[in-house]
Amino acid sequence: MKRLSKYRRHRAAAPMLLVLALLAIGTTFSVASATPNKSALALARSASIEEGKQIFLKGCSSCHGLNAEGGAIAPSLIGVGAASVDFQVATGRMPMADMSTQAMRKKPVYTPEQVAALAVYVASLAPGPAIPGDELLNYERDGSVADGGELFRNNCAMCHNFAGQGGALTQGKYAPTVMGVEPRHIYEAMITGPQSMPVFSDKIITPEEKLSIIKWIKFAESEPALGGASLGRVGPVTEGLLVWTLGIGILIGVAVWLAMKAR
Amino acid sequence: MANDLEAINDPGIPAHVHRKADSDPLAAKKAERQVAILFALSAIGTILFIVSYVAIPEDIFVFIPVMGSTNAHQLFLGLGLAFSLFFIGMGAIHWAKTLMPDQEVSVQRHEFRSDEEDRDELVKTAKEGAAAAGLGRRTLIKRTLGLSLGLVGLSPLLLLRDLGPLPGKSLSTTSWKAGTRLVTDPGDRPIKPEDLEVGAVAQVLPAMLPGQDHRVLSDIGKDAVLLIRLRPEEFNLDAERLSWTHEGIIAFSKICSHMGCAVALYEQQTKHLLCPCHQSTFDVTRAAKVLFGPAARPLPQLALALDSEGYLVAKQPFNEPVGPSFWERSS
Amino acid sequence: MTARERIAGNVANYVDERTGAAAWMKKNLNKVFPDHWSFLLGEIALYSFIILLLSGTFLTFWFDPSQREVVYEGAYQPLSGLKMSAAYASTLHISFEVRGGLLMRQIHHWAALFFMVAIVVHLLRVYFTGAFRKPREFNWIIGVGLLTLGIVEGFLGYSLPDDLLSGTGIRIAEAIIQAVPVVGTYIAFFAFGGAFPGEAFIPRIFTVHVLLLPGIFLALITVHLMLVWYQKHTQYPGPGRTEKNVVGYPLFPVYMAKAGGFFFIVFGVTTFIAAVASINPIWLYGPYTPGQISAGSQPDWYMGWLDGLVRMAPPLETHAFGHTISWNILIPGLIVPGIMFTGLALYPFIESWITGDKREHHLLDRPRNVPNRTATGAMALTFTLVALINGGNDIIAQQFHLSINQIMWFSRIGIIVLPPIAFVITKRICISLQRADRELVLHGKETGRLVRLAHGEFIEVHEEISPEKKWLLTSHEQSGPLELPEIDKAGVRRTDAIRNKIRSRMSVANAEVAPKVSAQDLKEIEHH
Repeated sequence: MKRLSKYRRHRAAAPMLLVLALLAIGTTFSVASATPNKSALALARSASIEEGKQIFLKGCSSCHGLNAEGGAIAPSLIGVGAASVDFQVATGRMPMADMSTQAMRKKPVYTPEQVAALAVYVASLAPGPAIPGDELLNYERDGSVADGGELFRNNCAMCHNFAGQGGALTQGKYAPTVMGVEPRHIYEAMITGPQSMPVFSDKIITPEEKLSIIKWIKFAESEPALGGASLGRVGPVTEGLLVWTLGIGILIGVAVWLAMKAR
Repeated sequence: MANDLEAINDPGIPAHVHRKADSDPLAAKKAERQVAILFALSAIGTILFIVSYVAIPEDIFVFIPVMGSTNAHQLFLGLGLAFSLFFIGMGAIHWAKTLMPDQEVSVQRHEFRSDEEDRDELVKTAKEGAAAAGLGRRTLIKRTLGLSLGLVGLSPLLLLRDLGPLPGKSLSTTSWKAGTRLVTDPGDRPIKPEDLEVGAVAQVLPAMLPGQDHRVLSDIGKDAVLLIRLRPEEFNLDAERLSWTHEGIIAFSKICSHMGCAVALYEQQTKHLLCPCHQSTFDVTRAAKVLFGPAARPLPQLALALDSEGYLVAKQPFNEPVGPSFWERSS
Repeated sequence: MTARERIAGNVANYVDERTGAAAWMKKNLNKVFPDHWSFLLGEIALYSFIILLLSGTFLTFWFDPSQREVVYEGAYQPLSGLKMSAAYASTLHISFEVRGGLLMRQIHHWAALFFMVAIVVHLLRVYFTGAFRKPREFNWIIGVGLLTLGIVEGFLGYSLPDDLLSGTGIRIAEAIIQAVPVVGTYIAFFAFGGAFPGEAFIPRIFTVHVLLLPGIFLALITVHLMLVWYQKHTQYPGPGRTEKNVVGYPLFPVYMAKAGGFFFIVFGVTTFIAAVASINPIWLYGPYTPGQISAGSQPDWYMGWLDGLVRMAPPLETHAFGHTISWNILIPGLIVPGIMFTGLALYPFIESWITGDKREHHLLDRPRNVPNRTATGAMALTFTLVALINGGNDIIAQQFHLSINQIMWFSRIGIIVLPPIAFVITKRICISLQRADRELVLHGKETGRLVRLAHGEFIEVHEEISPEKKWLLTSHEQSGPLELPEIDKAGVRRTDAIRNKIRSRMSVANAEVAPKVSAQDLKEIEHH
């Protein structure tokens, strides 16, 4: 809402409210909501490796092997790091519900405490990317939306679409939407490269740049419709669909009425 | 077939059915009122339009079901204009339908063909005119006229010559030279092999020359490169192409060999590159061999090396033109 | 005489004394137009064009058609400080700093989509009812020309803002030009003023978009309408309607009020959609640079079939004698569209060649009564539709959790297999419908009432249909196939034997119908 304030014209709000009341459309001012985040890193610091190992043996070892060495249907987890575990398990991708083309985001099976324990256990096997701390994720304070947008279009939009709505990959795989994803998970995805996604190393996209990307994603998520219904933000396909259905439909309806003889 | 069979009789235009408003003054009055209401609605639309323009600031958003949070200025401006226009139309049509005469009339058509006399006359005039001008006899005139008319079309074409330069070698060259550093896009930071983990990608451009302060889009359109790191053992390359990689790092032109879109969808697990425009799929482990889609050629591979400071550089320029095919392309 | 009548009289007098227009005006104000909703589809296109002229002019007041690089410092913060072309920056300016600018941009773009939809729907109406037949072949060709130009004009229009999506479209267009053998590279360099994207293209297509093509449009639309006017409108068959008359309402006042009102309706509906639905949100696409791309990059729908064809093309390229021919671009990008549009433009002549019918037609056909034409139309539509679906295969794959590879294979096979199937099915449906018509005329319509006869048998009562309906169902012509000899009178095989054979075959296929009911048939029924 602050974006357009540069050329905001100061007028009385009364006529505006009058118009709204006149049209009697259910209206409420949009309020940005911010949900408090429990720090995953803090949880991980207090979690125990032994507890994680027990959860692992029960829930993960049938596919990933008793010592996380991997198996016929699942990769080795040695060296994937705590960030990878946190991303996969806390977004509900792991454990997989079925052996479909790719693991989907769903309601997580484990509590944040259990995820933290799992992460600590896997991290103890070999060093790997760690869960990012809050200081790396404070997109509300740091980062630049404009830089983030530029980085996003250069590095992310080719799979996740210009507005982060996701897109198709080969053979039924897809890049999921990045809307509604927690900043921590976006960050973890960039440093660990889950599934089809490649890794974006810190020297290639610096932590500050990653934060800018997150800032832009969060902006895109909350940006209100500037020109009306967004039609899914997938480009001209839905626009064409609308004009071929509702658009020409209304006009043909009027044409039929026009040519009908009055009684 | 059925043509010689007798057709059923045409019953003629059905009798006119009168509307209520034709006979009943009350119905006519009602229709008149309806038309007036429609026009009045249009006027209200215009008022809404004016009020929206003047009184609704552009940074107010309202929540509308289905649409979500929407810019109020744009929405009500549009709705006002839409209503003002739509209801003028509705009013006019309703007026025409209910109150204007609705008796169908039938008028005769006339054949477009002129009568024989006129046609003969025209043919005669044309023939006489042509004969008088000597078109048939004076072949020299006829031929030179044809020549001059044919040639006169060339001059405007010639004038278009200065629209652009001749292609020359432009399509076959890029900014990449032996020793050009690979830098991140955006950011312009040089890259060392250890900056990339296995599975990592980087969008890169050639480092700018000393004194160069910005890039021209026409250069980016040929220079853009995608850098990918795999495990060296995952490659399935011949010796020469393998020597163009560095510790599992391989670089391809990002400009699609089909139609020039940026091919940058790298699937880390399958090691496939996908072009989002036409779905050509390339296999990174086999020097971007085409696996699927309309592209007919692999993406050109950029040979990599390290410079004295340990940064990634191009070992040599691209050995073939990047981007879509063109007539002068030899392979 | 009231004051108003006196003024009207004076004006008419003033004009007539200077132009002698009274006779002409009198005749034309009484011009009769048949009333049917499907006759308004072309009007939607015409009105959309007027909306495009009005909204487009508004946009030119602020649009800066330049690819000069600028640093954005306008109102839209998420792009602040980025480098972009002046064209893109000025489009952002129109969207966010000109009050009503975004609305006008959206009206302009939606109107363009409406324009193309209306042209296509109008074309389908004209095709399936046979309105293109003599004497209207010229107007058909002009219509096909307008459709083609509309596609080009639309493409140039949405390319002007120089955003990431449209820039990708231009990149593809450039690749198509570049693929033309021998001269392609040169044409591309001349068009772009050098290597892609250069700085010349946007200013150039701006001139073409706002001056050259609209001028051609105006000229063609004028001729299109004058021909409709002069030749008088076609009409649907029905009681009292013949080839020699036209039944409808006079231009003044009824049709003028209706047509004028409909203009406001079209404008109103376009504005409504523009108010509630976003289109081409260029601020989300970002400025164009050749190194970037978005997943699901699509053209507008009227180009979608072309993109779909390009996507499904086989990966064929010929390299010989130091030259390259890109069949994977030429076939779907130029050759197939060339065949499609040439075939479309020549269709009236092809049909009249097959039927041997050189007479004037002002009564429209019911599509079922011309099975071959209707089936051919269904076949062409199926072809285009498969291509169009493939043009959105990534969006479809994403929304319905399918695989782009599967959709691509479906399209590759479907575009060859489905059109003939559509032809056969449509033709059978048409002939069945003719049979149903025949039944209806001969035996009346089923009432669902069962009656028990004296001897115990149950029959369903059939109600005879009205004479008007009978006429409608039987008034069409049915002519047999052409008889074209392959051997002339002297017993020698004619030089044009093969041509005649093809023509005969097509003519026979064309004449395949269920025979309509004649007066004799009805009399026979009465005797029973």
